[in-house]
Amino acid sequence: MQKVHDFKSSKTGKMTVKEKIVWLTDIVKQFPVGNGFFTALNMINLTIEQGEFMGLVGPSGSGKTTLLNIIGSLDTPTKGEAMVMGHSVSALTAKESAALRNRNIGFIFQSYNLLPVHTVYENVEFPLLLQKRSAGERKKAVMDALEWVGLTDKAKSRPAQLSGGESQRVAIARAMVKRPEIVLADEPSANLDANNSHTILKTMRQLNEELKTTFIFATHDEKVMQYLKRIITLDDGSISNDETI
Amino acid sequence: MTRQFELFKSGIMLLFKTAIKNIFGAGRRTWLNVAVLSFTFVLMTAFNGLIDGWINDALTGSRAWETGAGQFWHPTYDRYDMFTLPDAHGKIPEDFAPYLADKSVTPVLVIQAAVYESGNMQNILLKGIEHTQQILSIPSNRLLSEDDLIPAVIGERMANTLHASQGDHLLIRWRDKNGAFDVREITIASIFSSSIATVDEGQIWLPLTKLQEMTGMQNEATYLVKSEKCTITEDIKGWSYKDNDFLLQDLYTLMQSGRVESFIIFAILLTLALLAVFDTQMLSVFRRQKEIGTYVSLGMTPRQVTRMFTLEGTSYSLLGIVTGANWGFPFLYWFRKTGIVLPESYTEIGLGVHETMLPIYNPGTIMTSIVIILLLSVLISWIPSRKISKSNMVEALKGKIT
Repeated sequence: MQKVHDFKSSKTGKMTVKEKIVWLTDIVKQFPVGNGFFTALNMINLTIEQGEFMGLVGPSGSGKTTLLNIIGSLDTPTKGEAMVMGHSVSALTAKESAALRNRNIGFIFQSYNLLPVHTVYENVEFPLLLQKRSAGERKKAVMDALEWVGLTDKAKSRPAQLSGGESQRVAIARAMVKRPEIVLADEPSANLDANNSHTILKTMRQLNEELKTTFIFATHDEKVMQYLKRIITLDDGSISNDETI
Repeated sequence: MTRQFELFKSGIMLLFKTAIKNIFGAGRRTWLNVAVLSFTFVLMTAFNGLIDGWINDALTGSRAWETGAGQFWHPTYDRYDMFTLPDAHGKIPEDFAPYLADKSVTPVLVIQAAVYESGNMQNILLKGIEHTQQILSIPSNRLLSEDDLIPAVIGERMANTLHASQGDHLLIRWRDKNGAFDVREITIASIFSSSIATVDEGQIWLPLTKLQEMTGMQNEATYLVKSEKCTITEDIKGWSYKDNDFLLQDLYTLMQSGRVESFIIFAILLTLALLAVFDTQMLSVFRRQKEIGTYVSLGMTPRQVTRMFTLEGTSYSLLGIVTGANWGFPFLYWFRKTGIVLPESYTEIGLGVHETMLPIYNPGTIMTSIVIILLLSVLISWIPSRKISKSNMVEALKGKIT
């Protein structure tokens, strides 16, 4: 396990006192199916504080990913209000929502979603390019992020040359490089073996502890649950249990 | 303002760099598109070059051999109406005297006649021209004769028709100004080669003074050809001034149709090339849905992703043009030197075409082709890509855009 570098984000510096960074009030999400609707989320009320390491757990179809997508401003609720970093997700324009994702939210996907034609370095650098950071800043941030996940030697490799575990570590570095307030991880260990799962979870836990980044998982993997400090169980689109460990 | 421009520039550069990376990453599919586009670009440049070369040859040739810098026609002369010819001659107005003296205007007398060759008769036009004139390329200096022989120059087409060679004698028959027939023998002093059929086919060029004497039309002419030196551009004493826009209008019409044909071929080739780009773009949007979703999750707006995909499609054309310029330049240079050797039948049509048609590359035409290719490729790339900005990114991440 690589040692996590001790650095402080200017943004995390502002949030020394635990703040509520996600408020979900009476969230309902429905999808059109035939002539009717399928209700994926039903009256979800939830607050998440800065620095939490928590998971949305439940069986397939329980609404975990849907809820994660709303928090990540990739989707909007049908009813209710989702406030993320002080912004109402439903009220954001496409540009504002992109800016929110670019500056404040990191994503980690089950299938890594690395950009195939870019090298590891370029994949990690991409969010910073969108932020129009200087070349010097980018280089330092990317190398730091690769060091956290122990992949500095793979900087020039392409995603096709990496193992599953390495790919997911690149995805973590890409999500963390901009030092977001929130990281959303959708089944991050689903394609990994036990060893790799533990490695990436330890990395994320360490980043959470050192950088106070909020991690929100959508998972039904027992291995992931072992690391979570708070588990919210979803059942048929409703919260059936909210347990802090 | 500068800061905003810098941000805009860096945004465009990011999209462009990413687009270039993506198209290079696409491997063979990219090179297939680039190859088709570069082939289209080079082929069109060569084809347009040929059309421009032909136009240049035809215009230059027509001015040099036939129209000069314009003509003054006898009041009754109409070159499209042969029935006007018997009366289309008259004394040259005095106003032209200074121009005739400094050779900036040269008279031509046109008479209907018949030529006999091996017992066969053929109707022809006798054209009298001064042997000292230097406005037209007709080798009139060969019409100088100090004896009783009547020297004549004819073009290669006429020589072929008459089976005549230099030094041959031919019998011609014409009517003088009183309508009486007369017959004389002429000697072929020279045979010239011209791409302009209208100074060649069915025509025999004689010394002007000799023709005036033969017809009893002293100091008369049918039309006058002027050089650039002659500044008159208006009718004089009923002799109507015809500029080159009028005299070359048939050629312009022909060129216009040549341009239309060229455009149609260009359109067909470009359509085929752009279909390949369109197909690739369609495929990209469907195959790269997760990638599209990833870009959005990383902080790009769907519109930015659309722009990037459009830029990718356009980059195929850019690469096609750059690649085409690389392999096309030596080819087009070689083609400029060698041209296309046309069959004899082509040059005999009289479209102002030389035996070897040499292309001329017009920077304006090349730039127009480039702009058309780029604009159409932007459009053709945008059509499939615009779907992205309307897509649900959650579905895209799942690879479920339909």
